[in-house]
Amino acid sequence: MGLIETELTESDPVWSAMDEELERDERVFLMVEEVAQYDGALQVSRGLWKKYGDKRISTLPFLRAGLRPICEFMTFNFSMQAIDQVINSAAKTYYMSAGLQPVPIVFRGPNGASAGVAAQHSQCFAAWYAHCPGLKVVSPWNSEDAKGLLKSAIREDNPVVFLENELMYGVPFEMSEESQSKDFTIPIGKAKVERPGDHVTVVSHSRLVGHCLDAAAVLAKEGIECEVINLRTIRPMDVESIEASVMKTNHLVTVEGGWPQFGVGAEICARIMEGPAFNYLDAPVTRVTGVDIPMPYAKILEDHSVPQIKDIIFSIKKTLNV
Amino acid sequence: CTLTTYIQTYLSHQETKESKCDLHRLEEGPPEKAELTRDQGLQYYRTMQTIRRMELKADQLYKQKIIRGFCHLYDGQEACAAGIEAGINPTDHLITAYRAHGYTYTRGVSVKEILAELTGRKGGVAKGKGGSMHMYAPCFYGGNGIVGAQVPLGAGIALACQYQGNNQLCVSLYGDGAANQGQLFEAYNMAALWKLPCIFICENNKYGMGTSVERAAASTDYYKRGDYIPGLRVDGMDVLCVREATKFAADHCRSGKGPIVMELQTYRYHGHSMSDPGVSYRTREEIQEVRSKSDPISMLKERMLSHNMASVEEFKEMDVEIRKEVEEAAQFATSDPEPPLDDLCNHIFYNNPPLEVRGTHPWAKLKSLS
Repeated sequence: MGLIETELTESDPVWSAMDEELERDERVFLMVEEVAQYDGALQVSRGLWKKYGDKRISTLPFLRAGLRPICEFMTFNFSMQAIDQVINSAAKTYYMSAGLQPVPIVFRGPNGASAGVAAQHSQCFAAWYAHCPGLKVVSPWNSEDAKGLLKSAIREDNPVVFLENELMYGVPFEMSEESQSKDFTIPIGKAKVERPGDHVTVVSHSRLVGHCLDAAAVLAKEGIECEVINLRTIRPMDVESIEASVMKTNHLVTVEGGWPQFGVGAEICARIMEGPAFNYLDAPVTRVTGVDIPMPYAKILEDHSVPQIKDIIFSIKKTLNV
Repeated sequence: CTLTTYIQTYLSHQETKESKCDLHRLEEGPPEKAELTRDQGLQYYRTMQTIRRMELKADQLYKQKIIRGFCHLYDGQEACAAGIEAGINPTDHLITAYRAHGYTYTRGVSVKEILAELTGRKGGVAKGKGGSMHMYAPCFYGGNGIVGAQVPLGAGIALACQYQGNNQLCVSLYGDGAANQGQLFEAYNMAALWKLPCIFICENNKYGMGTSVERAAASTDYYKRGDYIPGLRVDGMDVLCVREATKFAADHCRSGKGPIVMELQTYRYHGHSMSDPGVSYRTREEIQEVRSKSDPISMLKERMLSHNMASVEEFKEMDVEIRKEVEEAAQFATSDPEPPLDDLCNHIFYNNPPLEVRGTHPWAKLKSLS
């Protein structure tokens, strides 16, 4: 299977995923802040209005029965203004109606820290949404993840929170020939081993997967082989993949951009303890997280508020006691 | 030159200079005649010109990547900030959204501290921790990043004024985009019910990011949106109109009549923020037309010159002084050091014993002081 040397940034596969699904299913439509003439605040939705028109691409928020909306938040920080609807209307309705009313909606947009946007615009919402039964929460890392997972999210009959990352929109990745097909999907709820290794399992999601791979490359020179797992989906979490890896490596480090308390890493720790992999651990699990503070603006402070590659390397070595 | 008193006609709409300002549920509005003294004129000119030059300097620093993240500039709208400040007391309260640099200045923060905050230095008004959208001062509550969220806060500040019986009021600002937010209507309701001393002011600059008011709002009469709350609409490019309308609104609130809504028709020359060129949803001709016909600073200057209240040389001298002030502030803002790392975790809680904060991993134990 050949790898076509096509480099696409995350926002292009997001665009093509939406374009393909809009074409495939008439019930799909897009609700976006500042789409059309402003061309989508971060230009992810650019050109879609020109292609599909007002009926399918809209800045008007409204609920239409029998349809499959894709709702874009300019950033997930603004989703807090609508969060009651995401949780109480979207997540819980199928349950409350005992199966009568499904809610096939996708909420997508950039999540987490950007660059210099300060406290109110830098929060990671993975843990907030993943806490809630009735929601699926997806967090892609690279272009293939973005495309395949978004197509699955749009085809999914339940509400999906799709957490993109603004800093990844401009990063080019190679995309395989397979991933260029209109039917390419990646299943929700399945993690991917991005890099195999025997000494330590490193689990992450979104942008920090790249940091973990960079850390792994540095550690490989010292003879430490990391197995880097890209979660891809936060809820339902693929705990089995993590367990299988930990049973091989005996060490686990989780890496996330969000705050530590009650976060993704905390959940992974709890689940590992509750399952078969616990007895295979040679050391407590280490969580690498954002610093437990609101995001400061000044660059030097901002740089020290999020995990750096050196923090990941340090944590892995401490976990391995080397 | 001694103090010259000048009486002039109150102007409201740009189209017909004789028309009154628009009123909603008000028997009468602000006075048709406003008095401008020479000192006042020079002061308003200085304030507006300082804001203008400060914002243009910020534009420059942003393009040099010395300012990062978000930067929403206020040039074009100076008459609003200057006029409002002239109509209230320094002990009154004010809260606005993210296009806040102008208000930060009128509420008493120096250009130096504003620019140093934009460049993220320890000499910034928020010690570099807030950035463009999060600057504060006594009686000035920011600087708020989430559209519309500041308005219920403003109503709350007005509630505090009423509760404390201190005859103060709160000016709660928002834009034409935020005017469609549900939380505004909740704030209107509570303010009206409890007769809170709150002036709700909509700075209508015709565009919410890239969406023109016609495409965003079922009703673009923002001064009427308070429904049961009286309202008035004035020319936000004329500093005297803004001042008189604000004084009128302040009297209304202070006399116990409850809240009032004010719409200022204004315009921003820059795009929504520094990442928006501002020309994909409006024409360059439109921007140029406003600049040449309705610029707030030029209008005031012309008015004062044509009535011999000041000379061309005086204005030139002021311009030179202001440029110097802004240049020195920029110098400071680019040379002041960044905040120290041990400030990273401070200011989580007020009045709290020191606490330990988790860093990026369990071995990083950081310290937080109030």
